[in-house]
Amino acid sequence: MAFFEMVRTALRTVLQQPVTILYPAQAAKKTPISRGHVVHDGSKCISCSICVKKCPSQAIILNKEAKTWQIDRFRCVVCNSCVDTCPTKCLSMDTQYTAPAAAKGIETFTITYVKPPKPEKKDEQKP
Amino acid sequence: MSKQIIVPFGPQHPVLPEPIHLDLVLEDETVVDVIPSIGYIHRGFEKLVEKREFTEYVYVAERTCGICSFVHGATYCEGIEQIMKIDVPERAQYLRVIWSEFSRLHSHLLWLGCFADSFGFENLFMGAWKTRERVLDFMEETTGGRVIQGTSKIGGVRRDISSERLDKMVKDLDILDQEMKELTTVFLHDDSVRHRLRNVGVISREDAYHLGAVGPTARGSGVAIDMRKLGYGAYDRLNVPVITDSCGDCLSRCTVRAKELFTSTDLIRQAVSKIPDGPVEVKVTGAPDGEYFTRAEQPRGELVHYLKGNGSKFLVRSRIRTPTLTNIPPLIKMLQGCELADVPVIVLSIDPCISCTER
Repeated sequence: MAFFEMVRTALRTVLQQPVTILYPAQAAKKTPISRGHVVHDGSKCISCSICVKKCPSQAIILNKEAKTWQIDRFRCVVCNSCVDTCPTKCLSMDTQYTAPAAAKGIETFTITYVKPPKPEKKDEQKP
Repeated sequence: MSKQIIVPFGPQHPVLPEPIHLDLVLEDETVVDVIPSIGYIHRGFEKLVEKREFTEYVYVAERTCGICSFVHGATYCEGIEQIMKIDVPERAQYLRVIWSEFSRLHSHLLWLGCFADSFGFENLFMGAWKTRERVLDFMEETTGGRVIQGTSKIGGVRRDISSERLDKMVKDLDILDQEMKELTTVFLHDDSVRHRLRNVGVISREDAYHLGAVGPTARGSGVAIDMRKLGYGAYDRLNVPVITDSCGDCLSRCTVRAKELFTSTDLIRQAVSKIPDGPVEVKVTGAPDGEYFTRAEQPRGELVHYLKGNGSKFLVRSRIRTPTLTNIPPLIKMLQGCELADVPVIVLSIDPCISCTER
């Protein structure tokens, strides 16, 4: 039987600095591989729509005609599935969270990638 | 005999982290019967298996629970691997053990905090969660996520941990052990805590066994069952001690969890000392055709994933049986005959996770 087992720990804690941080005034503690939010690079996107198929929460909408890549941040579960499967690595994971929002909305990115022209085949001379 | 009255307890109650509703039938201050009802956060995960490819369903399986998420993901992957007869690389199996044990540390420390809160020891609650933060920091450094790790995949794991990081981790475990020792001393030896928990919510060994208690709830009553003894993953190559306590009251269940913290750190040390070099994943081709029951030890007890595939990319059936569901009948037995003021402590003592239960 023992009394006041917690006193030593409690006194030490009183004399220490707080272990919590004042987020968002102070930046949140992040590591280089932290999953914060998905970022899209329009100059590399080939509109292959693999990310749309691989998204478990169906947060990504790709419009090939309008050349837009849209993500619903409220649906996205930040699982890294799209980033892992993107063939051109146009998707990347930012380590910081997105800012809190008061209304639901879809974020739109424009695809600026232009398919390079195929090198013209030289006419082979007929023998 | 005095008049019986029914007092509703939950789904919103200061002590409950998650929604469960209990109708307490009282005679004066004594609980004579309990009628539980669940169904507040059903999300239809088992149906979703028909709409998502089996490789993408890992992310969904992981999100069944916010605390033991890694174990859910790894158990699902193991089920698919068994159906498809995939040999998972040794290193991946050891990494899964390391992350599973960190999940257990995280879950038990969270529970110890919530439990301290339930009997009104706020300082201890904050202390437990402060220690838990060390575990979460490790999780984020190695997997990228604090609570949802997302590192399990069919055929292995998504990320490797470098040997330097593993060595540093073992050194950090010593600091963690020291902090946990201070913390558990209060839980196990402080007179006020013992006085509050001793002989509260007693369930005998026979009742615990026959009512289907699992995990620390069963082990607190002296039933030595631990699914890690089945030897899934790399557990067959590690020495897993089963912690039991014989009294069957709230203090016993607390003792089992407090001692399991040190078992987990010991298992991590064993795993790090035995981990081989090599690849962490194998390429998976084809689709699952067949069915399998996977059993694993979650922090709360035995977890069962039943999976059935028909050779297409979409599984036809998934069934998840979580430990809290099987711990509800023993909970009702514990509550019968207790005082109304003890109800929050007893409900918390089985570590209820209703998100898991309702899926």
